[in-house]
Amino acid sequence: MKYLETIGQYSLMLKQVFKKPQKPKIFWENYFKEVEDLGIKSIGLVGFISFFIGGVVTIQTARNLNNPLIDKLYIGYATIKSIILEFSPTFISIILAGIVGSYIASTIGTMRITEQIDALDVMGVNSLNYLVLPKVVAAVTFYPFLIVISMFLGVFGGWVVGNMTGMVLSYDYLKGIRYSFDSFDVVYALIKTLVFAFFIATIPSYYGYYVKGGSLEVGRAATQAVIWTSVNIIIFNYILTQLLLS
Amino acid sequence: MIEVTNLYKAFDGKPVLKGISAVFETGKTNMIIGRSGSGKTVFLKSMLGLIKPDKGVISFDGRVWDQLSLDEQRQIRKEVGVVFQGNALFDSMTIEENIKFPMRMFTSMSPEDKKKRVNEVLEQVNLEGVNDKYPAEISGGMQKRVALARAIVLYPKYLFCDEPNSGLDPKTAIIIDNLIHDLTVRYNTTTVINTHDMNSIMEIGEKIILLKDGYKQWEGDKSQIFFTDNPDLNDFVFSSSLFRKVKELVQREGHF
Repeated sequence: MKYLETIGQYSLMLKQVFKKPQKPKIFWENYFKEVEDLGIKSIGLVGFISFFIGGVVTIQTARNLNNPLIDKLYIGYATIKSIILEFSPTFISIILAGIVGSYIASTIGTMRITEQIDALDVMGVNSLNYLVLPKVVAAVTFYPFLIVISMFLGVFGGWVVGNMTGMVLSYDYLKGIRYSFDSFDVVYALIKTLVFAFFIATIPSYYGYYVKGGSLEVGRAATQAVIWTSVNIIIFNYILTQLLLS
Repeated sequence: MIEVTNLYKAFDGKPVLKGISAVFETGKTNMIIGRSGSGKTVFLKSMLGLIKPDKGVISFDGRVWDQLSLDEQRQIRKEVGVVFQGNALFDSMTIEENIKFPMRMFTSMSPEDKKKRVNEVLEQVNLEGVNDKYPAEISGGMQKRVALARAIVLYPKYLFCDEPNSGLDPKTAIIIDNLIHDLTVRYNTTTVINTHDMNSIMEIGEKIILLKDGYKQWEGDKSQIFFTDNPDLNDFVFSSSLFRKVKELVQREGHF
């Protein structure tokens, strides 16, 4: 029953969020600020993680395909498939749910308990539209770029590590990543990214906006936000994969 | 003028407001007083539309809140200035940006005019040279003034102050009280102040409403306080020996 109530309240929140901004100029200012806070500031960490995970995937694949009958190009093939289909869109999104989700829930939650949201409401500002819409639009428009960067650096990391360790030759790796390449894999990854970006922006906003109490509750809301964003990413990862790939 | 009729509100079946009616007059500092838990904040937040009452009518100069569309309610909100107990300044904005915010959202004033108005209201609350500071960089009293400046920047018709003196030293509290009174007269606002600060009540209480256990127990002005037999009011207002002595003195003199 409580879950239904939460889903209902979340839907009503979205109804308020997706209204025409009261002042488009202010909306765009907030949008660019959110692109910086939620996206650009995450590039470094996403790039770092992607590069090394790409390397690890290459080593593990090379180790498992250590059979003279299996062509070495499959190391590059398996690496690019793993990174494009799953690692970049899903696991980077879960990492972003942790970093960005807790940031969103705690900033909005703090605004709630310090009456800043009440101040917006009594001024006649649609606080949900003002606070949440720029975050949603920023996440949905910027995260696909972030995931493409992650894909590139993951594959690049695999190539660097493969060369450094000598587990796969550059020629074989590059042949592998081009072998049977299907551009729909990237489309599938980006569709998933759009859905996950929406969750990353809206679920933590919900937990922050409706928080009651003090700083302890804001902390709890941030934790809940990360948990439920991750759960939704995992569930919708399955649903979208079933819909798009099966 | 704000008119409240028969206002009820309960939380989880526990009634907090039990049929309160009151009229808050224009150009006056109207005060809602009462102990902690008497329902003052719920009453104020109901008038602000932050809490939806279970029953009752609230009207702003004849405009009945419940009969208005969401857009019409937002229109009224643009005529409202609020000073929250914790100031509710936007902590990621500078003082100037905080005060400019309502102008940016609801007017098409030029940047020069906005800047001019910011300096004007800062001067009115006796606060200058803090434009580029952040709320966390100034004292509680200064934050209160900034909150007042933001509340009056769009020439509000209605000014609400929730415990405007909480956390302030007595001298600063009196300065804030007088400032609220001056601004009420200057802008001819309907000012509603939520307080349990006796000094404030005696300083600027032009119309006073006492709440107790969700009921309105008494209504009058600061001079009438000394000559009433209402036990709830006497119990609340004259709980300290200092105020009991002041009461005796005023009653002997025959006026406040």
